[in-house]
Amino acid sequence: MVSAHSPEHSTTTAKIVVAGGFGAGKTTLVSAISEIPPINTEAWMTTAGTLDDPLEPDSDKSTTTVAMDFGRRTLADDLVLYLFGTPGQQRFWPMWDDLCRGASGALVLVDTRHLDRSFAAVNYFENDSTVPFVVGVNMFHGEQTHRLDAVRQALSLHESVPLCAFDARDRAQVAGALVGVVEHSMARTARPAPPRPMAPALR
Amino acid sequence: MATPRTHPKVRPYVLTGGRTVTRHRLLVHTLVTVPYYDPGLAAAMLPEARTLYEQARDGCSVAELSALSGLSLGVTRVIVSDLAAAQRVRVHAETYGSPFDRRLLERVRDGLRALA
Repeated sequence: MVSAHSPEHSTTTAKIVVAGGFGAGKTTLVSAISEIPPINTEAWMTTAGTLDDPLEPDSDKSTTTVAMDFGRRTLADDLVLYLFGTPGQQRFWPMWDDLCRGASGALVLVDTRHLDRSFAAVNYFENDSTVPFVVGVNMFHGEQTHRLDAVRQALSLHESVPLCAFDARDRAQVAGALVGVVEHSMARTARPAPPRPMAPALR
Repeated sequence: MATPRTHPKVRPYVLTGGRTVTRHRLLVHTLVTVPYYDPGLAAAMLPEARTLYEQARDGCSVAELSALSGLSLGVTRVIVSDLAAAQRVRVHAETYGSPFDRRLLERVRDGLRALA
């Protein structure tokens, strides 16, 4: 748990949203970087999604994300990053606005075998969200099967949206992709630093 | 870890008195802590409030409180807000004014780079 021994010492939490179609590897990504096993807030939804979420017979995926997984990574004594996977199924979309509120950036995962499953997530961040996003091709089995420019074309992705490829199982590669997300947010929101003082710690 | 689930026949609005909105800004990653833990107070609380109060002793996010207590996010938010209004828990305001504050993004980036 987050250290809270000193009331005057205020820990900062930040959030990055991980979106993508069903089976794109969101849970895998969160697991790779989280210091705790990803927690599932299944209490949010009471119906299981097995009928709506057909898994490919050739898929390695054996569990289904009913609502959303999230993980946590402590980046400094007073800084904790939370990673929230968006629920992939269409009926959970109202949750996306809630999850995206206060997010510092988003990573939309795509599986090149099922690009169509991530169209909705790309569309959401293009049109319905102000959170800057990066698209990441999950290299299943560590292989990049398609050239990135071909993926960009297939997704009709604007050139201003960064596109990268990485293995969602690999912690270092995931961290690298998330660095890209943060840098994109910095570029998108760059403006002269406001002289806003840090919020004083409550006593 | 014990996760006392609400009885399935108890509807969420019973726990919150029908309320769905909160006074505090409670994002899923908002940090909640207990400034001073009072076991006597905990013993007198309703089970759901007590679960959240005890869970928050270690300091955790609203989403963690929800997941670890087995309470839905909406119910968790309302009860945490009540506990905060009674100054039983502390809801940590965002340290930076915006999730896109440059200093915050730089710190997150640097922390992630160390893992890459």
